[in-house]
Amino acid sequence: MSETISPAAMPGVDQAVVRKHLAHHFDTPQQQFDSGKLGMWLFLTTELLLFSGLFCAYAVYRALHPEIFQFASQYLDPTSGLINTIVLLTSGLTMALAVRFAQTGKRTPLSICLVLTMLCGLTFIAIHADEYFEKYQQKLLWGTNYAPKIVQPAVKAAAGSPGTWSSLNRLAARGYISSHSTIAPASIGPAGVAAAHAAAPTVPLIPQPHNVQIFFGIYFLMTGLHSIHVIIGVILMGWLLVRNIRGDFGPNYYNPVDFVGLYWGIVDMVWMFLFPLLYLIR
Amino acid sequence: MATISLHEADAAVGKRKNYLNQTTTIRSWLFTLDHKRIGLMYLAAGLTLFFIGGMLAEVIRTQLLVPTGLIFHGTGTIQSSYAAYKHYNQVFTLHGIIMVFMVLVPMIPGALGNFALPLMLGAKDVAFPRLNLLSFWLYISGAVLAVISTIMGAVDTGWTFYTPYSIDTSTYVVLMVSGIFLLGFSSIFTGLNFIVTIHKLRPFGMTWFRMPLFLWATYATAVIQVAATPVLGVTLLLLIVERVMGIGIFNPALGGNPVLFQHFFWFYSHPAVYIMILPAMGIISEIVPTFSRKHIFGYEFVAFSSLAIALIGFMVWGHHLFVNGQSAELDAIFSFLTFLVAVPSAVKVWNWLATMYKGAIKLDTPMLYALSFIILFTIGGLTGVVLGALAEDVVLHDTYFVVGHFHYVMFGGTIIAMLGGIHYWWPKMFGKMYNEFWARTACILLFIGVNLTFFPQLMVGAYGMPRRYASYLPKYQPYMVASTIGAYVQLVAFLIMASYLLHSLFRGKKAPVNPWGSGSLEWTTSSPPPTDNFDTIPVIGDHYDPYDYSHLQFDPAIGGYVHTEEHVGPHHVYHR
Ligand code: HEM
Ligand SMILES: [Cu+2]
Repeated sequence: MSETISPAAMPGVDQAVVRKHLAHHFDTPQQQFDSGKLGMWLFLTTELLLFSGLFCAYAVYRALHPEIFQFASQYLDPTSGLINTIVLLTSGLTMALAVRFAQTGKRTPLSICLVLTMLCGLTFIAIHADEYFEKYQQKLLWGTNYAPKIVQPAVKAAAGSPGTWSSLNRLAARGYISSHSTIAPASIGPAGVAAAHAAAPTVPLIPQPHNVQIFFGIYFLMTGLHSIHVIIGVILMGWLLVRNIRGDFGPNYYNPVDFVGLYWGIVDMVWMFLFPLLYLIR
Repeated sequence: MATISLHEADAAVGKRKNYLNQTTTIRSWLFTLDHKRIGLMYLAAGLTLFFIGGMLAEVIRTQLLVPTGLIFHGTGTIQSSYAAYKHYNQVFTLHGIIMVFMVLVPMIPGALGNFALPLMLGAKDVAFPRLNLLSFWLYISGAVLAVISTIMGAVDTGWTFYTPYSIDTSTYVVLMVSGIFLLGFSSIFTGLNFIVTIHKLRPFGMTWFRMPLFLWATYATAVIQVAATPVLGVTLLLLIVERVMGIGIFNPALGGNPVLFQHFFWFYSHPAVYIMILPAMGIISEIVPTFSRKHIFGYEFVAFSSLAIALIGFMVWGHHLFVNGQSAELDAIFSFLTFLVAVPSAVKVWNWLATMYKGAIKLDTPMLYALSFIILFTIGGLTGVVLGALAEDVVLHDTYFVVGHFHYVMFGGTIIAMLGGIHYWWPKMFGKMYNEFWARTACILLFIGVNLTFFPQLMVGAYGMPRRYASYLPKYQPYMVASTIGAYVQLVAFLIMASYLLHSLFRGKKAPVNPWGSGSLEWTTSSPPPTDNFDTIPVIGDHYDPYDYSHLQFDPAIGGYVHTEEHVGPHHVYHR
């Protein structure tokens, strides 16, 4: 009567493996795999939607206050962001390989790929932690904690591209930005630093807009939430590694590797949006 | 391929194990993976919370018996009034939070959906039983966090948590919001589970258009649960970091934007009202044809209107912000879209009416609830359209008219349908019948109580009485007193209900396999069902139709419906 092939009737399938991993309410391993995969995709959709709230907040504030983003993003280091991007892309490759090795039942290469992916994840976290620490030291933080005292881009801007600030000047003309800081006393804010350099008349003043702390709030929220996801991913890979060493996976059963692979793909993807949106504004 | 006669099946049930008595330890309940047991645990937990929320409502109504407030009032000085009224704020906040996040949103999917969905589909379980158990325990954890926060310092922000007040108040917002965050994940996992179950676990022959409409409704609900709840999650997360770290996104004092919080909140919470109402509509779509002995009118329209509501429901949240600093253009667009969302709801109401037209209507308890639903939901929906009209909302926003509107839809709609569903599936859940006389009495009393409570609120709101106040002008007193009497009438109805349901559990008459003569699959297995749901896997024949009642006949000997012999065959469900 039944239209689907029962697992017992499938040719070339290790019966013990099939029985061990097939839950009682599924008819076939295929049905179980498909269900798991659909479930995982739905879960990842909710993950994206979770981030979408933050992207939405980003879009709203950036549209309403472009000057804050222009001004603040100069404190993010595109180089370390780029390194992190490369690290994550590499981990995406090793993870994809891991899934492939799981499907083909190559146990040792699977373990190696999992370890490499974990290492990439940890490197990413380390670089990020360093960035956070630097921001902390410079008091480039959110809310009332924002009180930077740094020697910064005025010099760079003057040396590198004098035109960089022209768009800021346009914004100033439109009344978006104030020339005095509301947060820190002018003498210690970036504007104050610039003023100190004003002895050289070619250096343009960098006026600090109001509410720069909003940018750092968004920056820490987005990258923080993303980093938490990276850490969870690394933990999941550790779990996969243990199971692989135990010999759980083979061509007949590799569902968890596949699903964690999907998860890691989404984590990668979110970063590919975060990097340009936060680091490459100017 | 032998078809067991339902008489025999029925006779055998008494001796056989079923899902209720298969195992008996407490552990076997608390950590069960059986969707039916998880459903019953949701039911028990949800009804407990419903009771707590209901008692808080009685406190609110009692407070409002006299203009200065009967329970919380000062001793003459302004300061003492402030201190006393703060308690009133805590009471209505708690009432709202419990009812919305712990009863209306999770209960129909969690309790009735879990119990009935795999049975109606013909599956052995939901796709992810362990995730299902996790959902349940997340639900309990969320409720526990809410209780802890209440003991430490009950929140006084209203269930909407509008910033900046929710950032400033000294009450335990973080704990409460964390609890709701967990409840949100519970809801997401339930929805995810149902979507995958309906996609992947339909047995052979169960095509999309042979599914009972409750499944379509649950599916549409699940889509909203999965797509909207994460936004609630991130909103609550932002509120938590706002309070813990002072991140400033929603705090105007730090350059943030409080209206953004309202947008985020309603982007979830408007679709959430459809999480509440869609499964309720699904229940009504089962009850109405069954008790009219007539095929559902316009199956496809009912099915697709669920999806239409789910989709349009995502585009109307702005109607909560008409007077909160939204641009006039957006106001107009949201007003138009709000009118639009009423259309598929009305389609359903017309279809139910057309189903009943010239049907052989039996006024059993579930049908009485369905009729109550149709009347009350229509009033609720129409007052919603009144509010959706921009010019009217400017006057009516934040008055008791809004309170009346959403209680007509949430209580008159969701709760009434849930009670109808409980009465409809009760014989299947517990294998026992309840006392029909008292059940009908309670239903009619409840109908009177609901109208007496909420209609005066619509009127007094239209006369200008604002919501969320602990005291009011003396001229509003007659309406407030009528409303409070209504609330007491409801309380009596619920006490009657609790008595006869408890009585039924212990002393009830044994339920037959199919007491109502419904055509969907859950009524082909024993009452209560075995742990694996069906003794033999149901096979759906080519002409299977859950709304075809021609082959079902009442058998007075067993007090239920049986297949007439000549119709048993490949057209209908049979068992292999
Ligand atoms: C026919 C469809 C509906 C329409 C057109 C509609 C329209 C509206 C409008 C315009 C408001 C805003 C009123 C204001 O605050 O000024 C509102 C509030 C509300 N509606 Fe509806 N509604 C509909 C159905 C529902 C349903 C089915 C539910 C729940 C089951 C519901 C629950 C609520 C709640 C809870 C509020 C107020 C929330 C608050 O401010 O605390 N509505 N509705
Ligand atoms: Cu709404």
